[in-house]
Amino acid sequence: MPGDQPIIQIKNISKYFDDFQALKNVSLDVGLGERVVVCGPSGSGKSTLIRCINRLEAHEAGEIIVDGVTLTDSREALDKIRGNVGMVFQQFNLFPHLTVLDNLTLGPKRVLRLSQAEAEVRAMKYLERVQIPDQAQKYPRQLSGGQQQRVAIARSLCMEPRILLFDEPTSALDPEMIAEVLEVMTELASTGMTMVVVTHEMGFARKVADKMVFMDKGEIVETGSPEQFFTAPTSQRCRTFLDQILNH
Amino acid sequence: MKRFAIFGILLGLLSGCSGNWGWYVVDPTTEGGMNNLRFMLTGAYYTILLSVTAIIASVIVGLLVALPGLSQKKSWRAVNRVYVEVVRAVPILVLILWVYYGLPTLTGITLSVFWAGVFALALSDSAFQAEIFRAGIQSISKGQYEAAKSISLNYRDTMRYVILPQAIRRILPALGNQLVYMLKMSSLVSVIGMQELTRKANELVVSEYRPLEIYTILVLEYLALILIVSAGVRWLERRMNATEV
Repeated sequence: MPGDQPIIQIKNISKYFDDFQALKNVSLDVGLGERVVVCGPSGSGKSTLIRCINRLEAHEAGEIIVDGVTLTDSREALDKIRGNVGMVFQQFNLFPHLTVLDNLTLGPKRVLRLSQAEAEVRAMKYLERVQIPDQAQKYPRQLSGGQQQRVAIARSLCMEPRILLFDEPTSALDPEMIAEVLEVMTELASTGMTMVVVTHEMGFARKVADKMVFMDKGEIVETGSPEQFFTAPTSQRCRTFLDQILNH
Repeated sequence: MKRFAIFGILLGLLSGCSGNWGWYVVDPTTEGGMNNLRFMLTGAYYTILLSVTAIIASVIVGLLVALPGLSQKKSWRAVNRVYVEVVRAVPILVLILWVYYGLPTLTGITLSVFWAGVFALALSDSAFQAEIFRAGIQSISKGQYEAAKSISLNYRDTMRYVILPQAIRRILPALGNQLVYMLKMSSLVSVIGMQELTRKANELVVSEYRPLEIYTILVLEYLALILIVSAGVRWLERRMNATEV
């Protein structure tokens, strides 16, 4: 059963941007192999929350423990945690001066110390997984948005993380490209990867999520299984949000 | 090529318009003129060597000075600011004189004319390079750093493989500018006796008393050098942009 032993434990964290409190005393457990979808209106703190998990943002109060390691600024803790946690960004953030293949092999070569040949074998394996092995020699700019995001997912996978964070992975895509990215993510979910996904794609959420998290104004307002979440949300704020997003 | 032809024609016209011109001093068809030309051109060796050595040093120092300027820590940024403001405030000619005549008294180490020139030029230019690098690095989006962090790259690898290759493409035109500037400023090292283009011209003027003709040739020498450099930088820009599509 996924969810038996939390691989991510977030305990009462708070985060401020100057005077604005982006996260208010947020707690969340994510079990090994669990798929958690975080949703909520913009500015609710959902991106900030997952960016705290690999310390792209530093939380000011509370504690985050990833796979037994407490997240601090120490190099050692950061290396351990980032080694375990991959991230896919809204804007892809591919390295524009490198080919697709070089984007994928950079981490394995420099961080995991694989040889060029080993890194390439691994890169091709994950490019096939995201179904674009034929684009290996191209530069990111020569690819469509959907293809770029799939390359970004493959780049994360090349580090063989145990946890993948997705920060609105389809929000920058044209509608016709959303499906190809969601398809790859669904396939990933079926392999047992632990995933925390910030998204507005409720169809995807319904299909793959083990747990739904609804955030508003820096707080987790509601968590629950998808059935319960979509059919009988308990809070008014969550009901209003679902109405807006499902019936537009 | 066209440009050179135009200057050739201009020169011809100028020489024809007044009896006061004495092109014989640099007339390659006479033995004396040819010797004078050869004498002047030998200065190119030191002009180029001096400029290239100084620009390499100043790029390295400039980058090393730029990095603390990007730090989160105020004290590191202060180091960058003080260096840039102080070094940038000293006129190059003053710096050359200070390094060549002043520094030995202070340190007990006497630099040769060449190394004193390299030191002064590189030092002066490094403050500008530091600002160019800082601007270039700051122009790279935050997402690139975040992507690098997310695959666990350390600071050095992030700079080396992700940030600097992109920043250098963007600052290439500015680096080209500095190289041109350096070639011109190297003429100032003639004051401490460096046998570069300007010094050679000065020496010839003293013996031949034909400043107009000799300095005109000097101008053309710098022009030729700098046009070559410009073409080189543009070629490099095209080549590097080609990989970005």
